[in-house]
Amino acid sequence: MKVLLRNPTRELEMRGPMSVQKLMNRLELNRESVLLIRDSTLVPADAMLADDDIVEIRPVISGGA
Amino acid sequence: MKCKVCRGPAVIDIRRHNANFCADHFLKYCRDQVSKAIHEFKMATPDERLLIAVSGGKDSLAIWDLLGELGYQADGLYVGLGIGEYSETSGRYARDFADKRDLKLLEIDLRSEYGYDVPTASAATRRVPCSACGMSKRHLFDKAALDGGYDALVTGHNLDDEAAVLYGNVLRWQTDYLARQRPVLPERNGFPRKVKPLIRLSERETAAYCVLRGIDYLVEECPMAAGNKHLAFKESLNAAEQQSPGTKHDFYFSFLRKAADKFIDPEAEPLGVCERCGAPAGSELCSFCRIVEKASNHEPVPVELVNRKYR
Repeated sequence: MKVLLRNPTRELEMRGPMSVQKLMNRLELNRESVLLIRDSTLVPADAMLADDDIVEIRPVISGGA
Repeated sequence: MKCKVCRGPAVIDIRRHNANFCADHFLKYCRDQVSKAIHEFKMATPDERLLIAVSGGKDSLAIWDLLGELGYQADGLYVGLGIGEYSETSGRYARDFADKRDLKLLEIDLRSEYGYDVPTASAATRRVPCSACGMSKRHLFDKAALDGGYDALVTGHNLDDEAAVLYGNVLRWQTDYLARQRPVLPERNGFPRKVKPLIRLSERETAAYCVLRGIDYLVEECPMAAGNKHLAFKESLNAAEQQSPGTKHDFYFSFLRKAADKFIDPEAEPLGVCERCGAPAGSELCSFCRIVEKASNHEPVPVELVNRKYR
């Protein structure tokens, strides 16, 4: 699957199928800090991602206050 | 995962509430949390005119959308900060949001109206960029709210913002800042009422709200904020939240309930008046006019140079 990451913007290729939680663990991401988006909607932690999926991992932390 | 309300397929889990939601019930949850914050802290009433500080990011656009959904009258104000391509893009998101919904967006451009931008102000005043930026925005948002006759100024500070600011203030025991860290600051001494209706929603939830509502916002981080201590505080708190869901909520709301009243705000006493612009000031000139004086006479400084030299 193709995984789009931000800040900085980059792409990774990962082999599916794989659960969202497993992908997060592989990338050492904190689920509090990101959303996973597929086809313009949110994907829950227990969902399976297919080998041909294109997903975005969107950071949610912003620096201003 | 199933939705806690309808048992349909869930799209998001909110671990601190031990709840999963489908899209429709998550959007309702967000409206309910904002409504609860507004009522609990007496932030505003539907007959009042509100001005929202709009950045083009997820929080300000989410709260603008949520307030409209809840029946409040709100205009937006966008300040062009002159942070290169970042500012151009954020302005486009703010304008697109307002245009599509036929909402009123006011705009102020620092460079064309005050003769400086944030990178130049940072260099000219030797302040970190976030300090020069925050001081400029606070002054302009306050002034626009008062000049425009708005009943309150709304900011998009969410639970993560407030918990991170609290964390920073506690680490250094900045008691004057702790005294001012409230969901509502009443109108006083030349300042408008300021309210934070997103305090019951986390940053992840406001971002999820935007995705599910189809709100396009600027995802990229401000190039001048990268590496600031506020981001580091948020990461620390999120590490704690992952181990113990609800940590951020308990930290912030327990502070409001048990400790906030014990701190005294020295600025509650009336300040003097800036001899140049008439805003509240602790000396002859207010902080904003001092920035304008230094930065508008300084050669423009590009973002890249500030990031290398002045951070």
